[in-house]
Amino acid sequence: MSQILSLKNIVKRYHKNTAVDDVSFDVKKGSIFGLLGPNGAGKTSIIRIITTITGADEGEVLLDGVKLNNNHPAEIGYMPEERGLYKKMKVGEQLLYLAQLKGLPYDEAKKSILHWMDKFEIRDWWNKKVEELSKGMQQKIQFIATVMHGPKLLILDEPFSGLDPVNTNLIKKEISELRDKGISIIFSTHRMEQVEEICEDIVLINHGKKILEGKVSDIKDKHKENKYLLEFDGAMPSSIRGEHFDVITESPNHWIIQIREGHNSNELLRVLIENDIHIKTYKEILPTLNQIFIKKVQGESHE
Amino acid sequence: MNKLWIIIKREYLTRVTKKTFILVTILTPLGIGLIGFVSGYFASQAGKSAKNIVVIDESGILLEEHLSSSYLQFTFSDQEIDSLRRNYTREGYDIVLHMKRQELVPGEKVLVQYYSKDKLSMPALESIERSLASAIRSYKIELSGINKDALAALDTNVDLENALSSGEVGDGEATGSTASRYSTIISTILSYAMGFLMYMVIFIFGSMVMRSVMEEKINRIVEVIISSVKPFQLMLGKILGVGLVGLTQMAIWIILIPVILLIIATVLGGSNISQEDLQMANELINESEGGPNQIALFIQEFKSLNWWLILPVFIIFFFGGYLIYASFFAAIGSTISDDLGESQQFMIPIIIPVIIAFVMIPSVFNDPDGPIAVFGSLFPLLSPILMPARLPFDPPLWQVFLSIFILIVSIIFFIWLAARIYRVGIFMYGKKITFKELSKWMFYKG
Repeated sequence: MSQILSLKNIVKRYHKNTAVDDVSFDVKKGSIFGLLGPNGAGKTSIIRIITTITGADEGEVLLDGVKLNNNHPAEIGYMPEERGLYKKMKVGEQLLYLAQLKGLPYDEAKKSILHWMDKFEIRDWWNKKVEELSKGMQQKIQFIATVMHGPKLLILDEPFSGLDPVNTNLIKKEISELRDKGISIIFSTHRMEQVEEICEDIVLINHGKKILEGKVSDIKDKHKENKYLLEFDGAMPSSIRGEHFDVITESPNHWIIQIREGHNSNELLRVLIENDIHIKTYKEILPTLNQIFIKKVQGESHE
Repeated sequence: MNKLWIIIKREYLTRVTKKTFILVTILTPLGIGLIGFVSGYFASQAGKSAKNIVVIDESGILLEEHLSSSYLQFTFSDQEIDSLRRNYTREGYDIVLHMKRQELVPGEKVLVQYYSKDKLSMPALESIERSLASAIRSYKIELSGINKDALAALDTNVDLENALSSGEVGDGEATGSTASRYSTIISTILSYAMGFLMYMVIFIFGSMVMRSVMEEKINRIVEVIISSVKPFQLMLGKILGVGLVGLTQMAIWIILIPVILLIIATVLGGSNISQEDLQMANELINESEGGPNQIALFIQEFKSLNWWLILPVFIIFFFGGYLIYASFFAAIGSTISDDLGESQQFMIPIIIPVIIAFVMIPSVFNDPDGPIAVFGSLFPLLSPILMPARLPFDPPLWQVFLSIFILIVSIIFFIWLAARIYRVGIFMYGKKITFKELSKWMFYKG
């Protein structure tokens, strides 16, 4: 079994409005998976179904091959987008409480919490109240609350929002360490640059429907538009234009071109060399996920 | 159910260890003690200053044996009024009573003058007036030659005509009438006390549940918790945890308040004074004679109430009423997304039944087995207040058990209902919720 999570034809309706409309996807074990979509697309509804907060109206969810049941919350760690802790409660007590609710016995819970606090070098916060901590500090506590019970599956909803670069890197490092330990991570966001960096596979949701899924590299490949960056010395003879490519942006010695259909990049290169143009850079420009995302989402709303 | 226990424990411990809880729990009995101390102190001072009365009677109507009161000491003097007025404080008297030579004319008031350095309190004045009136009456009786025993018998008969009924009526004896009257007073006080306690508990601890639900929703921790436990468990854990806080506070008060009052009674100079106060109070309430007996009767009546029924049933209704209303408060708390103002519209339907129950308490006293009392003590939104109020009047047992049964069924129903609203409400943000929507939530699928 290589899938940690399978969603099969999930439908969720709130009154008349369909929040999740027939969505299916799989998450590979030990991978970082991106659940993407603009605000209000239905990401949170999907996450709430996976975390057993709500039930799906149709379809089923398999966690590690087993249909979701009441024991599964202990195997899932969930960090909601809107972070929340009891402000007046002490850090240690609070984490102990949350860990016990996840089903961890007291001693194990304490051991695990201390392990994580040592890791983040915040052991002396045990007796501090949450309201005395800065936002970044609270985020660390929230992260510990998500991972302390050793879940198989982590669901992080916008994990870097509100974090400074130092803490962002710290959490990124932890995420990849956890992945290396075989924990699967669902990473929900609308910040595409982070996804490109971290995720292997993604699914893109809009208006409750799945509109794109696959490996990040495949998706980019599939959506490439044959654009190339061309940097050169000297002048470009005007005869070279027209047949093989269109110039999209033009500045002296720096062109972005799009190769026409039926031609390939090597053909163009040959033509350039034959014309004795001194090429400094010749590089394919792949679309960013952000561009694909915007294109897809806008395409949807034009329909 | 292990998780439910963890939630109850946290809800309980975070509240019980709060400084404000500890302060309120300890300061309230101390405050009551202080009030008791102050009023007891002043009462004892007042009692002391009114003690010694010197009487100059020029009319010859007053007789020493007719002027008797347990806390007023009358002494007759032959001195001239002018010299006594100058010297009475030095001679150890507090008040001088001067009754001039006069004829007793039926229907006309008898005038007696008094001199006192201190201003006399109303109770003291009334008490002296009553003593004098009673002495003059005795004089008139002797004068008219009416058989005293016959008159006394008539008096007793008048007292027997008591409109308030009680379980103990039917003895027909003279003491029986006094007893039933006391038990009615005790029952009335007890009913109001229990009703009021219920009312306080519903609002203090019910709104505690509401605030707690709101707090979790507003600071968003609810999403983290609901990913571990069912909304129903969280809500029930909260209601039970807060309920236990309430029981703890009540238990501490039930122990502390009498202890503190007892300590104060001892500090104030032994139990004499408080007994004297009681006696004075008794004399004010009841003009009949034989003070000490009445305290004994009062205590005896207090003891003879069916406590074996009242206490456990009260505790059942206390907790049951709390559970019903707290589940309403929890449901309301879950619908509020940011400000308290929103909660007002939903508070009204909760407050109304409580107010109605309170308004109905007097009808329960007037006719403890009448249709209003029976309905009120069975209907689950009213019964937590009205059944305890009815208990001291010996309601039929089957009604008590039927009421408990209805209460338990209602608790289950209302908690279920509240949970249906709660599980939707805690995830609804930024929208004002109407009653229509609330009713739709109840039918949402899990």
